Amino acid sequence: MTRLPIHGIAIAIAILPPLLLAFRFVTEGPGANPIEEITHLTGDGGLRFLLLSLAITPARRWFGWRGIAPLRRTFGLIAFAYACTHLAIWALVDLGLDWNAIAEDLTERPYVMAGMAAWSLLFVLAVTSTRSAMTRLGKRWIRLHQGVYLAALLGVVHHFWLIKADYRPAIVHGGVLALLFAARLAWRLRNAPGMPRASLDSPISR
Amino acid sequence: MKIPQIPESDVTDEAVFLNRRSLLRLGATAAIGASLAGCPAANEADAASKEAAGASDRRRLPNVAPAPPEFRVDEKPTRERDATRYNNFYEFGTDKKDPARHAGRLRTEPWSVVVDGEVAKPGRVPLETILTPSRLEERIYRFRCVETWSMVVPWIGLPLGDVLARFEPTSKARFVSFETLFDPEQMPGQRRRVIDWPYREGLRMDEAMHPLSIFAVGMYGRVLPNQNGAPLRLIVPWKYGFKSIKSIVRIHFSEKRPHTSWNDLAPDEYGFYANVNPEVAHPRWSQARERRLGEFRKRPTLPFNGYADQVASLYADMDLRRNF
Repeated sequence: MTRLPIHGIAIAIAILPPLLLAFRFVTEGPGANPIEEITHLTGDGGLRFLLLSLAITPARRWFGWRGIAPLRRTFGLIAFAYACTHLAIWALVDLGLDWNAIAEDLTERPYVMAGMAAWSLLFVLAVTSTRSAMTRLGKRWIRLHQGVYLAALLGVVHHFWLIKADYRPAIVHGGVLALLFAARLAWRLRNAPGMPRASLDSPISR
Repeated sequence: MKIPQIPESDVTDEAVFLNRRSLLRLGATAAIGASLAGCPAANEADAASKEAAGASDRRRLPNVAPAPPEFRVDEKPTRERDATRYNNFYEFGTDKKDPARHAGRLRTEPWSVVVDGEVAKPGRVPLETILTPSRLEERIYRFRCVETWSMVVPWIGLPLGDVLARFEPTSKARFVSFETLFDPEQMPGQRRRVIDWPYREGLRMDEAMHPLSIFAVGMYGRVLPNQNGAPLRLIVPWKYGFKSIKSIVRIHFSEKRPHTSWNDLAPDEYGFYANVNPEVAHPRWSQARERRLGEFRKRPTLPFNGYADQVASLYADMDLRRNF
């Protein structure tokens, strides 16, 4: 499927942020609030790898980098792995698996709801990311996986709702997402309107 | 004293070095304020190696009265390096690490405070004058940030009420407010208007006069590091940390409730009172738990940050859900 070891490169990129953090923890000590650092690293990581996954199709189309298409799924799954770690820290460490506290957060904190909705969506996308699920779901697979934009949007909102005053990081994430969405719309408008685009979006197209 | 093992590569950077110099000078000032000549600071090389080892080299404050039991929590103090490298001080940037990185630019000497409003003795008061007549006291307090992290810090300072009384507030003075220095040259975070600078905070007079409220000038036995609000900051331990304003240059007495920075920025999220209350959630996150710096698990947050016995009576007739 790939001549370049693109998956190897993708995975190397994916493990770099935690490796750098671990290196810093070892050399400089864990600092005042290591759990917060890991929470931020995995939250940012989940969102950024999701944006990277969304950037693959525009990059392939606009720059003709055909070989990178499979990275869409790889980066998507990496994003899911980050999101799972992020969720686990919240439930296990922050809330000590106190189900009452978890239920309260899930029902009363909009940022938790947005984050949980994003994770749930990513979960569905991850389990349906196999080739067999793709064949089984047929045209519905594409519909379903367009939901990745919603997951990214929920991720940005989740981040935004946690900020006290300095919105720059969330604005950057939101801006990148908007650009990627605009690139998709621009591609759609540039090509014959009314023509079904779905086939072009197929992840198997190489 | 332990002799730290330092690799030669661990050289103190210039900003930290300059910061240390100004702190050493302030230390001298504070010593005068405490009307005691201190022993001379250790030599520079010794100080530099201690800095690199993460140990403090700030000027030790002499003749500090130990904390009396009612002003000393029986909990392990947070590690000094955590309390001095994980800070919210947006004047130096919004990242927790920014204050320790950039606060070296702040010149804390000379320092004076403008006193105005409803007082018999307004004027510009040098820091030394504020510190002079009183003996510095240690206070070991819990400190709870609105962001749900917390620490236990041995502060050094003076009862706020003692200092304020010297300016002779008039009968009209129902509130007192404070302002942080505004100088984007020294405080690079002020180049962006994240907050409507200068930072302002305030208290009701009875809160300010409460014996728990202090003006802090030191922590961990030494003068305050710039990133912790040198040379003069407020500590009001039963309120969220944002009330404990840093690097104060103005004290204003008023009849009307003053504008305060976070309350102005988001009145539905940060109340004027901002008493620590596990029952009243921030609109976006729970306040029921907190994480002590240096710890992993969160712990339950206490009403009034554990000072309910001492301060709850101040709010006896108030609805704390409405007046959060």
